[in-house]
Amino acid sequence: MFGAAKALRDAGVLGLNERNANYIMRLNERRFYPRVDDKVLTKKISLAAGMAVPELYGVIDHQGDVRKFPEIVENLESFVVKPAAGSGGDGILVVTGRSTRKRDSFRLASGLLISTDEILHHLSNIVGGQYSLSGNPDKALIEYCVRFDPVFAEVSYQGVPDVRVIVYRGYPVMSMVRLPTRASDGKANLHQGAVGTGVDMGHGKTLIGVLGNEVVDEHPDTGALIAGLQIPGWEQILESSARAHEVTELGYLGVDIVIDRDLGPLILEMNARPGLNIQIANNTGLRSRLKRIDEIYNPADDPATRARIAQREFAV
Amino acid sequence: MSQRYVYILAAILAIVGILLFAYKWLALGFPLTANRETPVWTIETSVTFDAGPGSIKVDLHIPTLTPGFRTLNQNSVSRGFGFNLDYSSGGRVARWAIRRANGTQTVYYRISVYEDSGSRQEDTTPPFPPPPSIEEPFRTAVEVIVEDVRAQSADTASFVSALIRTLRDPSPGPNVELLLSEVGSDKDFVQTLTTLLAAARIPARVIRGLELEGRQRSADLISWLEIHDGDSWRYFNPVTGEENLPRRFFIWWRGSETLVDVQGATNVQTRFAVQENYLDTVTIAETQAAQAGGGLVDFSLYSLPIQTQAVYSVLLMIPIGALVMVLMRNFVGIDAFGTFMPVLIALAFRETRLFWGVIMFLLLVSLGLSIRFLLERLRLLLVPRLTAVLIVVVMLMLLISLVSHTFGVDTGLSVALFPMVIIAMTIERMSVVWEERGAADAVRAGVGSVIIAVVAYVAMGIAWLEHLIFTFPELLLAVLALVILAGRYTGYRLLELTRFKALTGS
Repeated sequence: MFGAAKALRDAGVLGLNERNANYIMRLNERRFYPRVDDKVLTKKISLAAGMAVPELYGVIDHQGDVRKFPEIVENLESFVVKPAAGSGGDGILVVTGRSTRKRDSFRLASGLLISTDEILHHLSNIVGGQYSLSGNPDKALIEYCVRFDPVFAEVSYQGVPDVRVIVYRGYPVMSMVRLPTRASDGKANLHQGAVGTGVDMGHGKTLIGVLGNEVVDEHPDTGALIAGLQIPGWEQILESSARAHEVTELGYLGVDIVIDRDLGPLILEMNARPGLNIQIANNTGLRSRLKRIDEIYNPADDPATRARIAQREFAV
Repeated sequence: MSQRYVYILAAILAIVGILLFAYKWLALGFPLTANRETPVWTIETSVTFDAGPGSIKVDLHIPTLTPGFRTLNQNSVSRGFGFNLDYSSGGRVARWAIRRANGTQTVYYRISVYEDSGSRQEDTTPPFPPPPSIEEPFRTAVEVIVEDVRAQSADTASFVSALIRTLRDPSPGPNVELLLSEVGSDKDFVQTLTTLLAAARIPARVIRGLELEGRQRSADLISWLEIHDGDSWRYFNPVTGEENLPRRFFIWWRGSETLVDVQGATNVQTRFAVQENYLDTVTIAETQAAQAGGGLVDFSLYSLPIQTQAVYSVLLMIPIGALVMVLMRNFVGIDAFGTFMPVLIALAFRETRLFWGVIMFLLLVSLGLSIRFLLERLRLLLVPRLTAVLIVVVMLMLLISLVSHTFGVDTGLSVALFPMVIIAMTIERMSVVWEERGAADAVRAGVGSVIIAVVAYVAMGIAWLEHLIFTFPELLLAVLALVILAGRYTGYRLLELTRFKALTGS
């Protein structure tokens, strides 16, 4: 047992206790949490900092507003409904179009039809706080549905693949691409069965894939090879992630980015408690990279510099 | 920096807790294990007399300094008599008085004592006694005997032993015979000894007491010899001359005065009755500490009403259950619903017993979960839906109780002791996780909750631990210190060792 713990330590693996005590609690001030926990606020401050985010169509912040939903989406063919304080992709509805026969029925990314009534119920559940971390009343966002870049089309089953970047003291340190599968119901969440792939920080190319704790070479649904895909706009992704540190003032941060085929990388959400599975996807421990940043940390570095340092330091 | 504060704080808490614990354990004698009982002797002195025509005054010598014993309580029983405690040259005196009384009267003095080897005789060092004024021919006899014995002894103790042996010689010399010619009782013998010792300038006195042994309707007073060697009081057997005290010898009074002095009455009879019974050691420790003026004991849980005590004996175990949960979650890495839910479930298990508790918990949650999925179709808002689940849970509990009672299984009745709000929340939480993350996650966290609850239940059910925490609540400070230390544990969780195992390969 102690041998196994030592082996992990030697491999530079970061454990949950250490992440919480030494990184999250030390570097993430509680008062800044709303900046990432409330997606409406995240969007607002990101926009103010000049970063690209999916367009916000409307916010429903109490039960009475739920009936305004048809009005908000009147001229929209596709959109996403999500809770402002949700976590892990819970409570997100991705609407990709409308039923051809009935205007008030919508088609979900999975291909299923959903009636306006059902969406209204979902909205009141969100507002009632079913998906918020604490169970408190929440807000529902209706926002632009990303049309994702074809580079991942072969390795995604429905849903939107996203790029997760861990940013430590403003420096991107590790990244992975999360690919939705049939099992994950189109959600890019590793807990729910999405495939995670490590990313070569230097060039933005995908490495091996991980499903659960198993290494996989091919996407389980499409059978396409996962490794070696070039993530478009990699340098811009790194720079946006690095800048997220200034926007949120959080020292240990997960930035989730989607790549729109027309608009390029868009910041989808941020997370003050990013998970540790990214280590498995990269087959590398986070701890050693965090230590490296501590060594070369320079408060004068601007986001662009920090992105370049990340490319230099953590290239595979 | 903050790490150091954590260690210092934890160390302070642990040290304070353990010191308080050690003080109560070692100095005040609180027992480490439950049901430790100490024998307690209740000695009742009854003084019976026929009342005379005038006022009556009864003076009874009562115990003052009792080496080897401590007093638990004392009281007097009498009808119509005024009572007070006083001091005389021989020690404490119980004094009854009445203006007028008829017929046979009895007054009682009762004292409860228990053995404590730590109780010593702390008395002032007496002055050297003045040479006794003895008339001839005894005077010469005394001088000769003292001279002889002094020649045969080295120090005070050996002098006393040698003196007793000389007086007890089966074929005594003429001087001894002369001295003992007027000695009738043991008490007179010891009295003579003290006279001889006074002549040798050794402070000595008669002590009179009882051998406490089981139950005695009428215990006999025993006379013993007490001498002071300049440092402390020592006891000598007046028959053999050995230095000792009889086993469990309870000294009632000292000196040559009579036990009881009654004025205005006749036909006085005094009797000692001894009763042995057992008292919880905790009670004795508390009484003792209260007498010593220890403010600490005022905060003892044993001073609370019994019902409140029962509540606290359970409540005080919650930190232990919570400590188990900290270990299971932060050191082992088991998932669970809610922060304290497993501990509350474990509390419920205390009432239902483990086997039935687990079965009924699983039954309730799975039934509730299926009802919750039915409710899902109705598309209710969050709060009304939670309330609906709660009502269903209450009805399910009722149903389980009724059904199990019909089948003659009374354990089903205790299902009502489950915290139903907690169960309703668990069902809701589990159903959300079930829908959003799949059955595997929901079942894993559910099973994790039950596992933690079972371990916490076992830990909270350890009888000696429960006694320990209840008797020494300050140990919770040490538990707090442990939890604070656990809060700074940054090592891997046990389950992470397998989770990240692949990373050690490369």
